[in-house]
Amino acid sequence: MAVCVAVIAKENYPLYIRSIPTENELKFHYMVHTSLDVVDEKISAMGKALVDQRELYLGLLYPTEDYKVYGYVTNSKVKFVMVVDSSNTALRDNEIRSMFRKLHNSYTDVMCNPFYNPGDRIQSRAFDGMVTSMMIQARRGKESLVARAPGAWSPEEAAKGGAEDL
Amino acid sequence: MADEALFLLLHNEMVSGVYKSAEQGEVENGRCITKLENMGFRVGQGLIERFTKDTARFKDELDIMKFICKDFWTTVFKKQIDNLRTNHQGIYVLQDNKFRLLTQMSAGKQYLEHASKYLAFTCGLIRGGLSNLGIKSIVTAEVSSMPA
Repeated sequence: MAVCVAVIAKENYPLYIRSIPTENELKFHYMVHTSLDVVDEKISAMGKALVDQRELYLGLLYPTEDYKVYGYVTNSKVKFVMVVDSSNTALRDNEIRSMFRKLHNSYTDVMCNPFYNPGDRIQSRAFDGMVTSMMIQARRGKESLVARAPGAWSPEEAAKGGAEDL
Repeated sequence: MADEALFLLLHNEMVSGVYKSAEQGEVENGRCITKLENMGFRVGQGLIERFTKDTARFKDELDIMKFICKDFWTTVFKKQIDNLRTNHQGIYVLQDNKFRLLTQMSAGKQYLEHASKYLAFTCGLIRGGLSNLGIKSIVTAEVSSMPA
C-alpha cells in the first residue's frame, strides 16, 4: 500500500529510497527529508509523552493533502519512513505496523550479511523484492478500480494515460 | 551443551589461524589483535541489530549497559555479567568471574600473557554492539587470574 519507502541511516542520509510512480520522485525525496525533523522531534519529546517512550513505532508523522507519512525508529537509530496514499482509506494502524515489522526484519538480514558494509547503500535483491511486494499491492488496488468501469472516463485513468499523450 | 563447544573451538582456531597467517613484523605490532577486534566489531554490529529488534527503546546509556550485561551476554555466553560498576562519568567496568572462552585453559600463571589474544574478539564484539547503538567507545579487557 506504500507509495514510497525510505531507510535513513543514523547520520540522516538515505540508505535506501524507492517510490512508485517513478515520475516525480523528487517530491517524495523532499517529503522524506522534511519528515526527518518530525521524527527527531518525536524521539526527543522527553516529558511530553506524545509517543510512548518505549516503543519503536512512531505512528503518523504528518498528513498532507494526498499522502500520509509514517515513521519508525530502530534501537540503532535507523529510521524507516513510509509514504502512503491518502485515498487508501482502509489502511489500519496494524497493517502499517506489520509493514514496518517486515521492513525491520529485512533490514536486520541485510545487516547480518557479511558482504554488506554498514553505512553503504542497500543493494540487496531480497530487500528490493520485499519492498516491491509492499508497493505492488497498492498498484493492484488502483488498477482494479479502473477496470470496474471500462470505457467510462475516470480521473485515475486520465491521470495515468493522459499525461503521457501530451 | 554441544553448541557452546562449537563457538569455543571455532574461536580458538580463529585466533591461532590469524597468528599463523601473520607475517613476522605483524606479530610484534599487535596487528593480529586489531584484526581479531575488527572481526568482533562487525559481528557485534549485526548481532545487536538482531537482538534489539524486539526490545523497547533504550532510555539512556545505563540502560544500554544493563542490556549488554544481561540479555546480550546471556545470549552469547549463556550467563550474565557478575558485576557492573560505573563512575557515572562514562567508565563502566564489567566483571565476569568465569569467562566462557577461557575456562578451558589451565589455571595458573603459565598462559596469562596469551590470554589477551582470546579477549580481543569479545572486546570487538562489545565495541561493535555499542557503536551500532550510537555510543563511541573503547573497550579493554584484563585478566587477573586464570580461569576468569
